[in-house]
Amino acid sequence: MMGRSLYLKIISAVVVFGSWEIGGRSGVSFAFPPFSESMVAFWVLVADGTMFKAYAETLKPLVVGIIISGILGIILGIWIGLSEKFDWLISPIFIVMQSAPLAALIPLLIMAYGIGLTSKVFVVCIMAMPVIVLNTSAAVKNTPTNIKEMAKAYQAKYSDIIIKVILPASSPIIFAGLRLGVSAGFIGAILSELKITPTGVGDIISFSRSIADYPSMYAAIFSIILLAVLFLNILERTEKILFKGSNQGYVSD
Amino acid sequence: MNKENAVTVKNVYKNYGDVEALRDMSLNFPKGELTSLLGPSGCGKTTLLKIIAGLLPATSGEVIVNGEIVKDPGPDRAFVFQDFALLPWASVIRNVAFGLELRGVAKSERESIAQKYIGDVGLKGFENSFPHELSGGMRQRVGLARALSVDAQVLLMDEPFSAVDEQTRRKFQEDLLNLVKDQNKTFIFVTHSIEEAVYVSDQIALLLPRPSRVSEIIRPTSFKNKDVDSIRRDSEYLDIVDRIWKSLRSYVE
Ligand SMILES: Nc1ncnc2c1ncn2[C@@H]1O[C@H](COP(=O)(O)OP(=O)(O)OP(=O)(O)O)[C@@H](O)[C@H]1O
Ligand SMILES: [Mg+2]
Repeated sequence: MMGRSLYLKIISAVVVFGSWEIGGRSGVSFAFPPFSESMVAFWVLVADGTMFKAYAETLKPLVVGIIISGILGIILGIWIGLSEKFDWLISPIFIVMQSAPLAALIPLLIMAYGIGLTSKVFVVCIMAMPVIVLNTSAAVKNTPTNIKEMAKAYQAKYSDIIIKVILPASSPIIFAGLRLGVSAGFIGAILSELKITPTGVGDIISFSRSIADYPSMYAAIFSIILLAVLFLNILERTEKILFKGSNQGYVSD
Repeated sequence: MNKENAVTVKNVYKNYGDVEALRDMSLNFPKGELTSLLGPSGCGKTTLLKIIAGLLPATSGEVIVNGEIVKDPGPDRAFVFQDFALLPWASVIRNVAFGLELRGVAKSERESIAQKYIGDVGLKGFENSFPHELSGGMRQRVGLARALSVDAQVLLMDEPFSAVDEQTRRKFQEDLLNLVKDQNKTFIFVTHSIEEAVYVSDQIALLLPRPSRVSEIIRPTSFKNKDVDSIRRDSEYLDIVDRIWKSLRSYVE
């Protein structure tokens, strides 16, 4: 199984990067270099340390934002899922947040919180939190009533029902939301660096674009994808360790 | 015979919105006896059991268990669910021990108790399997073992043998008879099988179609002390089966 999924991952990587290479070589646009050129630029950026310095900056709002969104998002999501009143009160905010055009909000954030780290963390949170909250609350609401009722019949305390029934039942969907949230958080981090102040990886992107060094620009974008994939894999491992068995399939009757 | 009642249902009404499930239901369940509820599908047997369990509030009327009015589930009652209600992410042994886990029994102790009942229901060797790896009948037995392992005074069994094969079912019926004889527990047993009801019961309550009331109470007497093999050929046994069949058939027509 493991071998097969690895195999599929390699195939899809070859397909994506292969078509990137072909697309770049066929000269679609001057601004679209082939994969190999971007890789060369990538190694140059890694070798001279630019990439590491950039990530030291970018990771700050990203990590802080994702931790806040993860913890706060799951807590809010559980609360919304458990309480109809709270759902009525809070859910609309996240639904609006998820569909609002973020770029339009950035000037407001800058006015309120300046151009420092706080605004960037906010952008990451705005991107990451709604999907985490909405997934968590949906999962909590959809916990099968029969097992909640069973727990009650055996005198479960309210906290037991949450910890021993609702959370394990919801964990696959909560983690799916977390994965989507993390991906969105990555977008938020880069977006904030492009729109607020050019620092970190966002700076590499905007600077290399301004001097028409497109291979470096794509190298920076590639590095983000690489990191995101890495991060998501770590998350998946954590889920497997934390909720062993929750993915044991559902009994239909 | 004037035995003390373990459970008394007094003038219970239950409406689900416009659906009237129970209307003025009154029924006594003598201590140490097995009472079967027999009635057409959808007449309200599960509803009555859940009201006795304290899982559902009655619209009006009251249920008294061991002298106290039922408001909540309690350790004096254990429930075998019609749809099994197992935790899909928990192994067989954790599912069986779940009632004890909720009561705060230490892990080693509750697992050794669970082990015994897993053996009793014929699931030895499946302790570490997950519900989705079991057949329907095996899952049902997990639910049965869970209810037995909490050692409650009143067992509420909602079609507990419906999914097992005929041989296992007969074995379980005999085990049940022994359990009733040996332990001073009260059993409330829902079944669709007339033969099963007559075979295992001290008292059979025939229920009317929705809105449900008791139409007739039958107490088999003469064959109770005979050995298991001759019961099924006993003339009273056959008469009662016939009588119940005629009375139930009148609703169908
Ligand atoms: N949660 C609910 N909401 C609305 N109606 C319900 C609900 N639960 C049960 N009912 C209705 O109440 C009636 C009795 O249901 P119940 O499950 O008690 O029947 P039953 O006698 O156990 O049937 P069966 O033998 O098929 O298990 C049915 O008509 C059903 O439609
Ligand atoms: Mg039922």
